Amino acid sequence: MSAIETSAAPRRIPDRLDTPLKGAVLSWEALLVAVAVAIFVINSLASPYFLNAWSLSDLTFNFTEKGLIALAMALLIISGEIDLSVAAIIALASTLMGMALQADAGTPMLVAIGIGTGLLCGAFNGLLVTGLGLPSIVVTIGTMSLFRGVAFIILGDQAFKGYPASFAFFGQGYVWWVVSFELTLFLAAALVYWFLLHRTSFGRRIFAIGNNSVAAQFSGVRVARVKFILFCLTGLMAGVASVLITSRLGSTRPSIAQGYELEVITMVVLGGVSILGGAGSIVGVVLAALIMGMVTFGFGLLNVPGIVMSIFIGLLLILVIALPIIWRRLFGRRPA
Amino acid sequence: MHTAALKAERPASAADAPMLSLSGVSKSFPGVRALHNVSLSLYPGQVTALIGENGAGKSTLVKILTGIYQPDEGEIRIGDDAVKLPTADAAFRHGITAIHQETVLFDDLSVAENIFLGHAPRNRFGLIDWRTMRANAREVLETMGAGHIDADARLRDLGIANKHLVAVARAMSIDARIVIMDEPTAALSAKEIEELFELIEFLKSDGKAILFISHKFDEIYRIADRYTVFRDGEMIGEGLLADKPQNEIVKMMVGRAVDHIFPEREPKIGATILSVSGLSHPTEFDGIGFELRQGEILGFYGLVGAGRSEVMQAIAGMTRTSAGSITLDGTPIAPKSAAEAIEAGIVYVPEERGRQGVVIGLPIFQNVSLPSLDRTSKSGLLRLAEEFSLARTYTERLDLRASSLSQDVGTLSGGNQQKVVIAKWLATEPKVIILDEPTKGIDIGSKAAVHGFMAELVAQRLSVIMVSSELPEILGMSDRVIVMREGRIAAVFENKDLDAETLVRAAAGIAA
Repeated sequence: MSAIETSAAPRRIPDRLDTPLKGAVLSWEALLVAVAVAIFVINSLASPYFLNAWSLSDLTFNFTEKGLIALAMALLIISGEIDLSVAAIIALASTLMGMALQADAGTPMLVAIGIGTGLLCGAFNGLLVTGLGLPSIVVTIGTMSLFRGVAFIILGDQAFKGYPASFAFFGQGYVWWVVSFELTLFLAAALVYWFLLHRTSFGRRIFAIGNNSVAAQFSGVRVARVKFILFCLTGLMAGVASVLITSRLGSTRPSIAQGYELEVITMVVLGGVSILGGAGSIVGVVLAALIMGMVTFGFGLLNVPGIVMSIFIGLLLILVIALPIIWRRLFGRRPA
Repeated sequence: MHTAALKAERPASAADAPMLSLSGVSKSFPGVRALHNVSLSLYPGQVTALIGENGAGKSTLVKILTGIYQPDEGEIRIGDDAVKLPTADAAFRHGITAIHQETVLFDDLSVAENIFLGHAPRNRFGLIDWRTMRANAREVLETMGAGHIDADARLRDLGIANKHLVAVARAMSIDARIVIMDEPTAALSAKEIEELFELIEFLKSDGKAILFISHKFDEIYRIADRYTVFRDGEMIGEGLLADKPQNEIVKMMVGRAVDHIFPEREPKIGATILSVSGLSHPTEFDGIGFELRQGEILGFYGLVGAGRSEVMQAIAGMTRTSAGSITLDGTPIAPKSAAEAIEAGIVYVPEERGRQGVVIGLPIFQNVSLPSLDRTSKSGLLRLAEEFSLARTYTERLDLRASSLSQDVGTLSGGNQQKVVIAKWLATEPKVIILDEPTKGIDIGSKAAVHGFMAELVAQRLSVIMVSSELPEILGMSDRVIVMREGRIAAVFENKDLDAETLVRAAAGIAA
């Protein structure tokens, strides 16, 4: 188009100012790498059993299942919503898989039921939030009780056991040497979610919604649709995690995955995702998953009791919510 | 008690001496001079109407009187004493109280609690004496003829008119002497307005000095004794209203020096591109019909609350309508979301830049590309080079001042943010662009850039609807002007020999 020029020629605005080094050094991810290295060194010094290929492989089971959910949860929290029902979805999905098992369902059917249940539960959350305009924190506290309640009604204090041998592969199998199926799946999913969040227009819209959903709506972003998809994805990942856990444990109890939602959210927030929405990265979430896995595994090696572990998770959650604020005051910017 | 002390200070013959007077008051904000050397006097037992266009400085003045803003210069006297009003509480204790459209009351407290908040009667243990408080509340309400309000009712359950009454009761309970009413009738029905006027008469007879702010001339002439006209932050005139015909006041309001040169252009107006007919909404507007022609700037003028933004948001898919049709370029459309409107070729640049316009937290280039993501990306994959080039094209045309396109849009000035907002919607290459108050609250340089750009747009055959409450902008930019009043189209003018007074009359519903 031929612009009518005003007296002065328009000044050229550069795409970006080049200060990549400063950005990389001061980023939240850099801090997480430093923390991860420190914990690795501490663990190696504290326990003679830590530095061993099979120990390190076992370690990954401490974060892969929660980490898979954290990937989707990160997107949901960036968009300004949250899902507290993920652990209850695992319980319900596992219970329904157990029921299918009683009806002699084969492994493919079990997997489909696990993942399908997760997807449906996520869609239910999404409908309540986007269709009725209810706050997600309230909706998912409700569905948290609902989903696990249904699992309890079906199971009582019973347990489903006797999953087929072929089903055991998902939670117990190895793809190559010490590399488990769970770890492989987590890394592949991390790549997919990284791509989705940072390289697609869908991901860009998530950031826009999280920063200003009204302006995003005015700009033609279908806010409700995006949020609904994110709830579905989170439910789906909880379904996947349910397949993995059920396979790894070889049984279903209604108390399965109790308290996982807090660990997942801690992972996401530790990964630098703003709890207020609008900022975060998948690289940070993956690093946070690794850190939490190493810490809990280290505690296990040192025979720290489970209750101390949950105190630690609680403190960590508070700390990581406070840290970005302290970080911002020190460096005048929020973690990228 | 301080109220008793203040009472004693009240001069014996107060009738002709002002109860409150301001002189030489100035107030500036970064880049804007809101008030310059203004004066104002309020007299006991009289209603003074404060009249002026949007942006004349009325609300700044109210905020100074209620202790929210501090004047840069000038003096405030109550009776014979110079006073300072450093806080809202200080203003309250000096007997100044304000009743706004959104009165500062507490929805979840009872009527009695609202009336006595901060000065509740206490019993001998220092606890609130609920029985006395309720009784006093009832008494205050009775005195002002509002005995129908239950002192125990929760404020949330009251209508807006009754909330106003509670606000007045609160003022009475501290023996307020100066009552500011900032557009108190805006949300009231005709009957409620009558009741409010009765109350104002009661306050007058009680010797209160009242400042009454309204855009509606019939109300002003009905209730006010005196007038004070503000224009562009300056006091233009004051006096007794009885001596002053309406048209002279309108002249004082609008007769300004031209402070801004609008771009010269030769309109090349083509065929109708957008036609709207019978567009209605259950509460906001009714029977809106107009046509927009290619290459035209169509101005929409009206008072705040006339329904202009609501009509535009309906056309742009943000609000549902109850009836009516929209035809764009010969094709009937019924956009149900902004996304659909953008696809069809209509974009709406909203009035509330911070809330609806920019996404603070995202860099400039991502703000610009947001509505065009489907075009800059390829099968859902972002292409940053495309985004940067799109952002550069439009921001440079608008002469954006920024250090880089990756800068957070929140770090820009208001004027530059507005350029980003306009750039973002233009980048969708629309057929019709609706600009809602495009230069509200931005500096004069950015205003000129926006106006220049609008001229350029229509020269390129784009069609523009401009909603504006600024008369010079409406007169300087529009080819035609539609005036809206109370949700309906009140008048349509060709912008030839059109003057500001005609527009103001049409907007306020005054017969010529």
